Amino acid sequence: MSQKRLAIGALAIFVVLGLYFFERSGRSGGRRSSTPGALAPDFALPQLNGELLRLSTYRGKVVLLDFWATWCDPCRDEIPRFVNLQNKYGPKGFEIIGISMDDTPDPVRDFNQRFRMNYPVVMGNAQIGDLYGGVLGLPIAFLIARDGRIYAKHIGATDASAFEREIVSLLESKVSLTPPGPSTDRQVL
Amino acid sequence: MNVTFQPFPIVLVMGLISTALAPALPAQQASLIPSSRLIKPEELVAVLQSSTGEKPLLIQVGSHVLYSQAHIPGSEYIGPASSATAQQQLRQRIESLPRKKFIVLYCGCCPWSHCPNIKPADDVLEAMGFTNVKALYIANNFGTDWVDKGYPVTKGD
Repeated sequence: MSQKRLAIGALAIFVVLGLYFFERSGRSGGRRSSTPGALAPDFALPQLNGELLRLSTYRGKVVLLDFWATWCDPCRDEIPRFVNLQNKYGPKGFEIIGISMDDTPDPVRDFNQRFRMNYPVVMGNAQIGDLYGGVLGLPIAFLIARDGRIYAKHIGATDASAFEREIVSLLESKVSLTPPGPSTDRQVL
Repeated sequence: MNVTFQPFPIVLVMGLISTALAPALPAQQASLIPSSRLIKPEELVAVLQSSTGEKPLLIQVGSHVLYSQAHIPGSEYIGPASSATAQQQLRQRIESLPRKKFIVLYCGCCPWSHCPNIKPADDVLEAMGFTNVKALYIANNFGTDWVDKGYPVTKGD
């Protein structure tokens, strides 16, 4: 009898905990958590020219994944600096991938030409936002090491010199480095 | 020969110079919304969870991609109010409502001072004579200031 009560009690606790965590995940909008050094989730999204871009084909390069939008002032401010970084470090194995969170591609095409963006831009969606832990504010950038692991996540506008330091470190490293400590505007996954 | 001092040209020149040197403020800057028209996230949560009082019409004026990932339950998507199209949709949505209707606008796409959508939306409602409008003050972004705090949220269209 006592064993039966114990089993019922354990089941009740299990159900309550299950409901709690289910409710928590609902409240968080289903945002995924990430762990330090996690592999950057792979994706395939159409570029502005219609060709599909698959992240995993960039394995072996240092990648800056930039979530942005044409209507986002801080995002726009970063673009010329990204163009410079691509020019400077592209030949050394660095690649920027822009993921536009605009609702339609037309303003992105205009912007792409006007700012002479020298790196691929794909159209993002809610699914890739979820895949990367929820992109619920812009800009957000992920720096990915040559082995495909996420090195750092930058939330909000970030100083170009901070990006450059990390890019140089990753380019000089054969494998991903130990992620740096977190700061106010940077979250290391 | 008497030379009379004429301040007008000097004032004019100084005015032109100061205008030219003034930092360009985006017309849509959210910081220009008076604090009396703002509501903090925790205040809105209290309103939504209260069993008494008028519930606001919640309108999201950011991009659809962000809305699809997470939005306040019951809130309606209008579109990024920095665009004329979304402003027109906003006018159409609310034109039949009583001017005392409690309306809360929110975006959260970017840090508050850089949000291109909330001020144009607030301007639309003010111009239409709505007197009980609040803009949700989201300091950083919707993820940090609403979702991560465990406030009610849902996803989808």
